[in-house]
Amino acid sequence: MAGGDDLKLLGMWASPFVLRVKLALSLKGLSYEYVEEDLRDKSELLVKSNPVHKKVPVLIHNGKPVSESLIILQCIDEAFAGTGPSLLPADPYERAIARFWAAYIDDKMLPALNQSAMGKTEEERAEGKQQSLVTVETLEGALRDCGKGKPFFGGDSAGYVDVVLGGLLGWVRASDELHGVKPFDPERTPLLAAWSERFGALEAVEPVMPDVSRLVEFGKMLKARLAAPPAAGASN
Amino acid sequence: MAGAKKGLVLLDFWVSPFGQRCRIALAEKGIPYEYSEQELLGAKSDLLLRSNPVHKKIPVLLHDGRPVCESLVILNYLEEAFPDASPKLLPADDAYARAQARFWAAYSDKVYEVGTRLWKLKGEPQAQARAEIVQVLRNLDGELGERSFFGGEAFGFVDVALVPFVPWLPSYERYGEFSVEGIAPRLAAWARRCAERDSVAKSFHPPEKVDEFINLLKKTYGIE
Repeated sequence: MAGGDDLKLLGMWASPFVLRVKLALSLKGLSYEYVEEDLRDKSELLVKSNPVHKKVPVLIHNGKPVSESLIILQCIDEAFAGTGPSLLPADPYERAIARFWAAYIDDKMLPALNQSAMGKTEEERAEGKQQSLVTVETLEGALRDCGKGKPFFGGDSAGYVDVVLGGLLGWVRASDELHGVKPFDPERTPLLAAWSERFGALEAVEPVMPDVSRLVEFGKMLKARLAAPPAAGASN
Repeated sequence: MAGAKKGLVLLDFWVSPFGQRCRIALAEKGIPYEYSEQELLGAKSDLLLRSNPVHKKIPVLLHDGRPVCESLVILNYLEEAFPDASPKLLPADDAYARAQARFWAAYSDKVYEVGTRLWKLKGEPQAQARAEIVQVLRNLDGELGERSFFGGEAFGFVDVALVPFVPWLPSYERYGEFSVEGIAPRLAAWARRCAERDSVAKSFHPPEKVDEFINLLKKTYGIE
């Protein structure tokens, strides 16, 4: 690790956005201090470091905070350009494509997956499921067309889009037990199914992934909380 | 790409603030391009559908025939694909400053997102949007502080990302029953300052036209 580079990651163990940052740091071989936040009782440091959103992840580099997972990933890539592999490709057009798919995952795929699980009505959840199918199949197409037979979105090695999607893998794996749905169904989306096995098995990835059974328990609790009315005095 | 049109073509729609981001950046950097007005409320062109099959939206920047979609992706692309074009909109060697710029550029999307809810919704959801837009503008005002631009002394990435929403503000003020001058005076001054720039003035449409367009959208969505 470069001398004088102090990295602190404020996170929450179940957050896919935090996982993305852990994956990036691991892939680049960077050491950091991890601080687990209780999101129902946010630390002063978190609120001070991300006053606008008060969310995790926040990466504090030499005392300077960066928020929003996609922005953190790009910042790590630029600040540690000489350390480990690059996340984004060098070519400007390829970078634009990578950024496009990262935006797609966050703006289209994630909300759909969220709605299919946490939608308030049966109807909302069904709509979410429909949308999820569409977005996942679009992503399968992206892996096929942009990937051109290579093992990762980033080509021969994992890159930006792999990390962005990889952050979701814990929940993707938990989804089968939680909702009876396989988001990356090997029948419908064989490339994505194969990709998730391959990515999950990477030396830098495997140790960082959250425990799936713990995610399942957490997911069950979230669903129960959604169904039950909030207790008097409980904070959000 | 064989037979592809050389140079830059911007598929855009006159009133789109996302398209304006691209027009302003291209103008600031003095990069020549062909502007191509797209039909959005009627049938979309083959070129648009082929260039952005995923979203079918503008803006799309075609560079030697290859499409780049999403306004902020396009802004980053212009920085990187035309390294000799000046000015640089993102700070050059400071990863942290670049991250801050990207953060606030992404945040500026909220002005449009919340603003849209202001005119689309009624009752409680509209009231919520009202409170939110005031908060968003206050946050932006706070971030700007006493500086001339979000980029510091120079017009930069965040300024380009945010300024296209300025002609929409009078409409939002009306629907939201607030005044930008009242809640975010520094931002109001910044808006006036930016409007003096050639690149901005040339791409802007008067707020009355924007308001007319909102009315057209309301009709299209069947909103009273």
